[in-house]
Amino acid sequence: MSTETTAAPVITRTDGLFSKKNRKLLTDPLNDNNPITVQVLGICSALAITVKMSNALVMSISVLAVVVLGNMIISALRNVIPGRIRIIAQLVIAAGLVTLVDIVLKAYVYDVAKQVGVYVGLIITNCIIMGRFEAFAMGNKVGPSALDGLGNSLGYAWILVVVAFVRELFGSGSLMGFRVIPESWYEINGGMYFNNNMMILPPMALVIVGIIIWIQRSRNTKLIEQS
Amino acid sequence: MAFDKNSNSFTFIFAIVLVCVVGTALAVAFLALKPAYDENVRREKMQNILAAMNVKVARDDAPAKFTEYISGSLLVDAKGGVVDGSARDKASNKAEASPAFSMDVLKQYKDWRAGVVEAEAMQYPVYQATVEGHDLMVVPMMGTGLWGPVWGYLAIDKADGRTIYGSTFDHKGETPGLGAEISTPIFIDQFVGKTITEEDGTYTGIKVYKGGSMTTDPHGVDGISGGTITSQGVDEMLMRTLAIYDVYFKLVVPKAPEPMVNVSLSDTMAVDPPEIQ
Repeated sequence: MSTETTAAPVITRTDGLFSKKNRKLLTDPLNDNNPITVQVLGICSALAITVKMSNALVMSISVLAVVVLGNMIISALRNVIPGRIRIIAQLVIAAGLVTLVDIVLKAYVYDVAKQVGVYVGLIITNCIIMGRFEAFAMGNKVGPSALDGLGNSLGYAWILVVVAFVRELFGSGSLMGFRVIPESWYEINGGMYFNNNMMILPPMALVIVGIIIWIQRSRNTKLIEQS
Repeated sequence: MAFDKNSNSFTFIFAIVLVCVVGTALAVAFLALKPAYDENVRREKMQNILAAMNVKVARDDAPAKFTEYISGSLLVDAKGGVVDGSARDKASNKAEASPAFSMDVLKQYKDWRAGVVEAEAMQYPVYQATVEGHDLMVVPMMGTGLWGPVWGYLAIDKADGRTIYGSTFDHKGETPGLGAEISTPIFIDQFVGKTITEEDGTYTGIKVYKGGSMTTDPHGVDGISGGTITSQGVDEMLMRTLAIYDVYFKLVVPKAPEPMVNVSLSDTMAVDPPEIQ
């Protein structure tokens, strides 16, 4: 069983919840091992829902809830889940949590749910989730698994928010739905300013993610591949 | 561990138990949150009806504004007549508790497409309201786009029964940036001032043109570039539904004597001058 999960650092000693090792679980995915910019996982959702900051935040919170809860459930069941159907079991748990998130969004933040509705369903296929379940939660205790889920979803979230910040500011002239660039600047009101429609289209998110990777690697030399 | 967790029987038992637990949890959560969800859907419907009358409100204010503006509602049958006992006015019943409001237009449309409901048995809601001196009749429409249902509401001015005062369109899952554009002001605002019949009462409906050269047509709007199938769906929806409503409009708007025509002309002119040519 555990032979298949050696990809993750298996923690066997009983560490305190915020020992150095556990803190690393939380901070690593923010920079050195970021799921989007370093592992290049979860790119599809980073393209799809970063037109507006509010959508990116809701998506991030949804993924956070699914990864943290899922990691904890999988970790708690890790000694019971039969090896042959472990992927199916992970999928059922991920799908169940995603559906739960979808129901909660529809009940409490209906407008946002309508906009991110399609993509919430696609959280199931977000590689970060299955990746963390299989690579970490299957081989680690509940506490570290929760921290790992938290770290990875925060690493995912900050990229999403940065991309959405740029795209909403230059694509719609607003942030979180509030107007930042004054109406009077716009060409239609006699000004000289246009929204950049390119920012609204998905390819621009890839370009922004690329620029983030560029900046990250120029500052973090550990990430530069030796050729 | 006392049992072999990789045995076939344990694998089966585990799978069954897991699915049952997850399924039960989801069912409980759904039942607990359904009232809140239904309320959101109800308010969105009110919001859409108000938006067709160019009254933009936040979702939380929708029920109050709906009660304020909507003066009555009724159901129209497939021949254009009023369904017996379906009419409600503000005094006798709250409009939002009316048969017209509680009717599920999407379900009826789906049933009709599936052949469960005959075209003659279909019913069509009408909401009555007065906005800024205009008596309006707001009617819902339901059609099919590329990926799923498209729908909309049109507000017709009761003064002549053929001029569009406002509209709103929405969709379930049309392609963002293409078909989904039908819910944007660029598309919606074109409808203001268009007419669904010729001046002599001949039914024309509203055409959705491919290639915007015909937007001077008083009975047509420019479709969405790259959203051809969605535009065709909207076109079909407008043509089919408005044909039914037009019969009803002609019944309630008396055959215009001279002054009436003048009123309708000046109304049209106020909204969209290029129409009168």
